[in-house]
Amino acid sequence: MSTKAIKRERAPFQAWLQKESTAGLVFSLPFIVGFLMFMAIPMGLSLYYSFCKYDIQTAPQWIGLDNYVKIFTNDKIFSKALGVTCYFALVGTPLKVIFALIVALILNHKSKAIGLYRAVYYLPSIIGGSVAVAILWRRIFESNGTLNAILSTVFPGMAGYNWFSEGPAIWVLIILTVWQFGSSMLIFLSSLKQIPRELYEAADVDGATKFHQFWTVTLPLLTPTIFFNLVQQTINSFLAFTQSKLITNGAPRNSTLFYTVYQYNKAFPSAGKSQMGYASALAWIMLLIVSLVTILLFWTRKKWVYDG
Amino acid sequence: MSRMTSKKIKTVVFHVLVAFGGLIMIYPLLWMALSSFKPTDQVLPTSGQLIPAQWTLDNYVNGWKGFMGYTFGTFFLNSFFISFTATFGTLVSSAFVAFALQRLKFKGKKLLFTLVLSTMMLPAQILMIPQFMWYRHLNWVGTYYPMILPYFFAIQGFFVYLIMNFIGGIPKDLDESAKIDGCTYYGTFFRIILPLIVPALVTSAIFSFIWRWDDYLSALLYVNRANMRPVALALQLFSDPSSGSDIGSTLAMSTLSIVPATIIFLIFQKSLVEGIATTGIKG
Repeated sequence: MSTKAIKRERAPFQAWLQKESTAGLVFSLPFIVGFLMFMAIPMGLSLYYSFCKYDIQTAPQWIGLDNYVKIFTNDKIFSKALGVTCYFALVGTPLKVIFALIVALILNHKSKAIGLYRAVYYLPSIIGGSVAVAILWRRIFESNGTLNAILSTVFPGMAGYNWFSEGPAIWVLIILTVWQFGSSMLIFLSSLKQIPRELYEAADVDGATKFHQFWTVTLPLLTPTIFFNLVQQTINSFLAFTQSKLITNGAPRNSTLFYTVYQYNKAFPSAGKSQMGYASALAWIMLLIVSLVTILLFWTRKKWVYDG
Repeated sequence: MSRMTSKKIKTVVFHVLVAFGGLIMIYPLLWMALSSFKPTDQVLPTSGQLIPAQWTLDNYVNGWKGFMGYTFGTFFLNSFFISFTATFGTLVSSAFVAFALQRLKFKGKKLLFTLVLSTMMLPAQILMIPQFMWYRHLNWVGTYYPMILPYFFAIQGFFVYLIMNFIGGIPKDLDESAKIDGCTYYGTFFRIILPLIVPALVTSAIFSFIWRWDDYLSALLYVNRANMRPVALALQLFSDPSSGSDIGSTLAMSTLSIVPATIIFLIFQKSLVEGIATTGIKG
């Protein structure tokens, strides 16, 4: 009662400002402005440019669907880049999630040292996106680099092996992404902690082996987390940029050319004219592909994710 | 008795395995850090060896001099400036929006929440070219604006979501009693909610700082003056042999560039881990 009385005495603007519906909008204002300014307008702009020939220097020229038609019918590098990206995502992501799960299962122990271990396994994920790691990775996989130096003590044939040749080069990048399984591991660890102990005790009473318990209790209850990690990591791997740009930049013969790198090279070529319109069309196609993959993943969800 | 010993053996095996795995995980980083103390002409010949036979600080002295007349001191200051301001903006704006979406009833809230989540699906790589063209219109290319200003507008759904989850754990009675005491919604946010969400803000600050520190792509697109380069961009240019750098000083500056993130990580390890766990599960 008393607050209402106070409100009534205030000036209309003041009273309006104090209303819950107004306060909600005021507090959301940063996002509303930010979304329009930094997402909606740029996306709209690029949708328009994707129907144009645009080299930045001269005014954009409307060419309708030409960019899209060219991408799908007459651009071998586009299909190559898409293939490389899909391979990277489809091989790298499951490996990463499986690694994260295995390590989480091992670390799901009561021990004083767990905090330390967790930190050590997670550290690569914290700094993995840095330029320093990209530089380091090139050094490690060089033909006279660290990895070959270590491997050749056991397998002399590995001395001087060229990791950056056409076959293995993509694996240099896959190993880099798998190495950064830390955040998925942490998510697994915390959901492992939430599995009720009684379920294991009941399984014990039934005489189930540890292996059996894993398949019948742990794994089904983890499926929502596995799903979440898969979605997140798949999207991430479709969009990997910095590391592939810096470590291989698509070489050799475009065998590690990621989609985002291709798109960047079209927009900001090291020589020749920028093709902003074309790059915009590529960005929109990427957005559609990522959405499609996400929808596809969600569609499979019903089939294997256990909703308790 | 035999049960005891078998349990002990199991524990030992566990620790040996996990410690060995951990060593493999951080071996590359250890190699980088330790090799930066080797004489530069020894780095490649002894690349299979972790501990330097001969320790030296030359690489740090040479590397710090930087290139094109600017030392790494300049680059580090730039990175600190960008990362601090962008992180400050992220925290303030994300906390505002999170409060509105978690605690207040208003028209369009559902739509806004959906849009916040969708920003998590729209990462920088997809927006790279659209944003570049827009910032070019705004005459922002060549300034720090694209690397700082957008972050004052809660554009990273991840942080809004993380803080929302945290606010969700604060009892609503607190808001209610504040209201009864005559507190406005604005007062409730600043006096009740803000002090209570400090842990979520710390977690957000760490992630934001590290991400901004590592943001190579924006620097590549928007920084064109040598004195404005942040560490990420400077390091990449420095690592190119054409800059006149050697492998030792490149490794030394690479090591220095990850020191801030590593220290922050080691100090705040616990809140980072919790932050990931809470946003992860509810996502």
